[in-house]
Amino acid sequence: MTTRYAVWRLLQVLPTCAGILLVGFLLIHAAPGDPVLALAGDGGDEAYYERVRNKFGLDQPLVVQLGTYVANVIRGDLGTSYTSGRPALDVVFERVPATLLLTATALALSTFLGLAAGIAAAARPHGARDALISATSLGLYATPVFLVGQLMMLLFALRMGWFPVQGMTTARENYTGLTHVADVAHHLVLPVIALAAQEIAAVARLTRSGLLDELGRDHVRTARAKGAGEVRVMVKHALRRAMLPVVTLVGGRVGQLVAGTIVVEAVFSWPGVGGLMVSSVQARDTPIVLALFFVIAMTVVLANLLTDLAYRWLDPRVRYG
Amino acid sequence: MRTTAVPEARRRAVLEVSDLTVEFETRAGRLRVVDGVDFEVAQGETLGVVGQSGAGKSVTMLAALGLLPSSARLVRGAARLEGVDLLQLRPKELRNVRGKDIGMVFQDPLTSMHPSFRVGDQIAEAIRLHDAGVSRAGARIRAIELLELVGVPFAARRWRDHPHQWSGGMRQRAMIAMAIANGPKLLVADESTTALDVTVQAQVLGVLRDVQRETGTAIVLITHDLGVIAEMADTVVVLHEGRAVESGTVGHVFASPRLPYTAGLLARGPSRSRLRPAAPRVDSGPVLEVRDLVTHFRSRSGRHSDVVHAVDGVSFDLHPGESLGVVGESGCGKSTLVRTIVRLLHPTSGTIRFEGRDITGLAGRDLREVRARLRIVFQDSFSALNPRRSVGDIVAEPLRTHGRHGAGGGGRVRELFEMVGLQPDLSGRYPHQLSGGQRQRVGIARALALEPKVLVLDEPVSSLDVPIQAQILELLERLQRDLGLAYVFVSHDLTVVRRICDRVAVMYVGRFVEVGDTATVYADPAHPYTRALLSAVPITSPAERGSGRRIVLVGDLPDPAAPPSGCRFHTRCWLAFDRCVVDEPTLQRIDAQRVCSCHLVSPIEAASIGESGFLP
Amino acid sequence: MADVPVPELTGRPAHHQSWTAVLARPAGAIGAFLVLVVVVGGIIGPWVAPNDPFSVDGPSLAKPSLSFPMGTDALGRDAFSGVLHGLRTTLFVAGGVAAIVVVVGMSVGLAAGYRAGWLDQVLMRSTEFVQVLPRFFLAIVVIAMFGPGLRQLVLVLGLSSWPLLARVVRAETLSLREREFIEAARADGSSPLRIILRELLPNVVPSAVVVVGLLVAQVMLIEASLGFLGLGDPNVVSLGSLASEGQDFIRVAWWLAFFPGLAIVVAVLGLNLLADAVTGSLGGGR
Repeated sequence: MTTRYAVWRLLQVLPTCAGILLVGFLLIHAAPGDPVLALAGDGGDEAYYERVRNKFGLDQPLVVQLGTYVANVIRGDLGTSYTSGRPALDVVFERVPATLLLTATALALSTFLGLAAGIAAAARPHGARDALISATSLGLYATPVFLVGQLMMLLFALRMGWFPVQGMTTARENYTGLTHVADVAHHLVLPVIALAAQEIAAVARLTRSGLLDELGRDHVRTARAKGAGEVRVMVKHALRRAMLPVVTLVGGRVGQLVAGTIVVEAVFSWPGVGGLMVSSVQARDTPIVLALFFVIAMTVVLANLLTDLAYRWLDPRVRYG
Repeated sequence: MRTTAVPEARRRAVLEVSDLTVEFETRAGRLRVVDGVDFEVAQGETLGVVGQSGAGKSVTMLAALGLLPSSARLVRGAARLEGVDLLQLRPKELRNVRGKDIGMVFQDPLTSMHPSFRVGDQIAEAIRLHDAGVSRAGARIRAIELLELVGVPFAARRWRDHPHQWSGGMRQRAMIAMAIANGPKLLVADESTTALDVTVQAQVLGVLRDVQRETGTAIVLITHDLGVIAEMADTVVVLHEGRAVESGTVGHVFASPRLPYTAGLLARGPSRSRLRPAAPRVDSGPVLEVRDLVTHFRSRSGRHSDVVHAVDGVSFDLHPGESLGVVGESGCGKSTLVRTIVRLLHPTSGTIRFEGRDITGLAGRDLREVRARLRIVFQDSFSALNPRRSVGDIVAEPLRTHGRHGAGGGGRVRELFEMVGLQPDLSGRYPHQLSGGQRQRVGIARALALEPKVLVLDEPVSSLDVPIQAQILELLERLQRDLGLAYVFVSHDLTVVRRICDRVAVMYVGRFVEVGDTATVYADPAHPYTRALLSAVPITSPAERGSGRRIVLVGDLPDPAAPPSGCRFHTRCWLAFDRCVVDEPTLQRIDAQRVCSCHLVSPIEAASIGESGFLP
Repeated sequence: MADVPVPELTGRPAHHQSWTAVLARPAGAIGAFLVLVVVVGGIIGPWVAPNDPFSVDGPSLAKPSLSFPMGTDALGRDAFSGVLHGLRTTLFVAGGVAAIVVVVGMSVGLAAGYRAGWLDQVLMRSTEFVQVLPRFFLAIVVIAMFGPGLRQLVLVLGLSSWPLLARVVRAETLSLREREFIEAARADGSSPLRIILRELLPNVVPSAVVVVGLLVAQVMLIEASLGFLGLGDPNVVSLGSLASEGQDFIRVAWWLAFFPGLAIVVAVLGLNLLADAVTGSLGGGR
């Protein structure tokens, strides 16, 4: 991978970010009613609305408004939450760590387990193990995140009592240090599995089909003719290119994974951005909703950037231009 | 000169295959693809395994190496490598044989190499798999040495490249380097030169011969090409429908084939003695006149500014009822030329006149009208037919677009099917339900639908087996006779062109370098490139081995995005001198039959070129 | 196009064989059956449903039984009727989104693939941009600003879901364009529109069907998730909102959360199986 490509790809992010801002801006103005409602939320008083009107230059032509809007966003000013009276971005970032912990753990787990399951299935295609893995992943892939979460909660928290039912920490205790970490990890298990289930299935399915495709190719025959063993053929020769669609999938599904996180947070009352988002929509606290949208959209853009770089590293034939 | 075989007493069998039988599980039940095959190959010898596609050639060797696909089943037999039956080995033991005692070179070097790994590393892997004691760096150095051995220039620098950055010939050399990395006792080359141009094929065969001379390895050469066998093999085994129908020394089998099948295979193979009688010339003026045709396009890959000089100043006339062959290596611009002539591509400059009318700038209705009588037939019959339409529908399509598919349209389609020798009741079938030869007939029927005057044929038989090729060529000859068609016949296969064409044009990097009467050009080629091209064609019979001076060109075709200065051939020409580098020769008449562009060939007096035409 | 294949020449229509091949596979047959159950249940179900989903018909929190196959909720409403009405909502959203996706995705994909150059560049940059937008959150922003409602949901999901289809169709078109039968059609004198409709489109349809199937399955999951979060239209029953209501009673009445979720599984599984079967028969058919 050349640095030139990386820089060039990085520059490509800028128009995308601009586009996302534009979508936000257009929605504000397309929304029914006074755009100030969309910018400031539903519950302010007239004086407050007047200040927001001035700040975003709502009496100016639309193009000027767009400029003001973009300038504000670049400064990190995404408006003020009327429910809490604090800057929207601050409110959002407060909740990000909990969500990030959940999403990142699930992403890592699903990629790892999905690859492992896919390899296990492809190693002996159409065998019993393959049938089991394929059927399970097909079923999991079709199951909505909340159903997995509810069933897990019912079984492992309510019936068996192995895991806590909800929350991120045990409310009555005030753990610190390692016990705190262990407590969080204990709370993390069920939400992460619920969130990862669908992703594991998706990765496993794609890994399996990609590997079977690669294993039928001429260059794999060459590797065998060289005397390479089956493990080496699988891991070094076939997996490399079978990973290509998987990388695309994982990168492309980050948006859905975050969406799944929101749902899982609702099932397990996890104190992440999900609850904030739902309550803000219901209270029409639009600055928070927009701030969340921008933060998540930027995350997705970043994930796509990383995907492209990884893809190019895996397949040197990809041209740029 | 090569000795035909090592004397019997000193022969030591490296591989003995006996009673090998393999079956495939198919939807239609068990299919026996290899049935009781026996053969052996001795140290320092080359065994040719011949047969048509589907005869079981490759499966035989894959079975011996335990590389059969999962749908195949070994029924019985033995494959003894120096006495050890490979078929009885456990997988781990067999792995130690593969790549060490037996090296394999496959057909398509691009797909056979891992696209994501560097060429040098892939060779180094072959070394380290069998000798864990070699360090990474050591294996790399050895890989570079191997690349040099097989004639890869600048190996010390280019081992870092990925396969897609190399040409086909260079990639196949790298595959050979990989196969010989551990000094194998046996080298198996499975259709290893089939995908290559004749000039490059000659290079690669030369590399195989050199390797054998230096290492004394036995070679099994699997091919459908009898010329390659005649050129290379000591002994030969002929497979037909999974059975070894004939075997023996190559001289013996070629001279007196025992079975009619082998005789048929040999008779249809290339032969230098067959020549087409020249067609009677009709002097009604040319039907197609091409002048100074240039087609450039922007390179899709690489740097953006590259302009590919695909066709760079081509002129010729085509008279009614005659055939002009266009030959050259792949990438020389043949396909671009024919696509420009039928206006699928837009020429950069130059003129095309058809039936006396300038069609270079035509568009819309006028162009469609011309396209009725100036038709094209494509190479790959599978790719040229829409898989989702019935073949009858495909043949009817030009009738529809030209509004001639009225009530009687079905009758015309039936007539066309009969004309090309197809059962009319096949018209409801889809392309994948037909054989390759039948599909090509459908392509020809589609081209004939609108009663054309000129057919442009782009490698029309290249993807077919030799006996099918012969049938299609017969059909084309008959159609030409019956319908008075003129052909522009593009092919990389010089033997096919000789059979069907009155005149031949040799193309090199976008230009014609020699144009003339087929008999004259083949008998006495004037341009060094024509000489090299003809000499690279494999001989027909082992008796001809060493009969003529073989010219093996070095290197590959130059990049048409950066054609060489002066004479474009000077980079590969063994006769080039100073002037060739700076001064570009023009096509000049060198005798009554032809023109040629080379500084070494002197033109006849300018005065003797008549006003009548610029080409014969 | 005006021309129809000549009857005496054509055998069976071009797609006939492929669709029987799809149904001949176990995955295809099961998938088709599941999709059929969902479609029939969603369209006809609400008319023949035993009870109104909003009316109180029985005891509170009754277990699944013959009269209440999926039990009743805390207010004694019939859960089975709720699921049937929820399916209808799911189908409405899925169908609307599919229509938008097919129209936009196919046009963009065919145009970009067939006409290389600046048009392709512009279309593909736009496609990439839309693909990066997180659909789920875009939908939430729209709900926050325009209020909840099925119409805006269909619009926002439709207008943000087409990029995958466009990219697949474009890639297919690009590889088909290299095939010589497209050149042959040009040499036959066919117009670009005729080539796109008669030569390209029939070859693109199978993979487009697969993609649309997968996209619709995703949209069903998104719609359910929005309902689960309480962001759906409060005036219609949604499988997601049923599951969310069931969550509150999960200790005492598991069936309230389970059956709405199961309905989604059936729909999504059916679509995925069908897509798998189409993909499989495409690979083996040629």
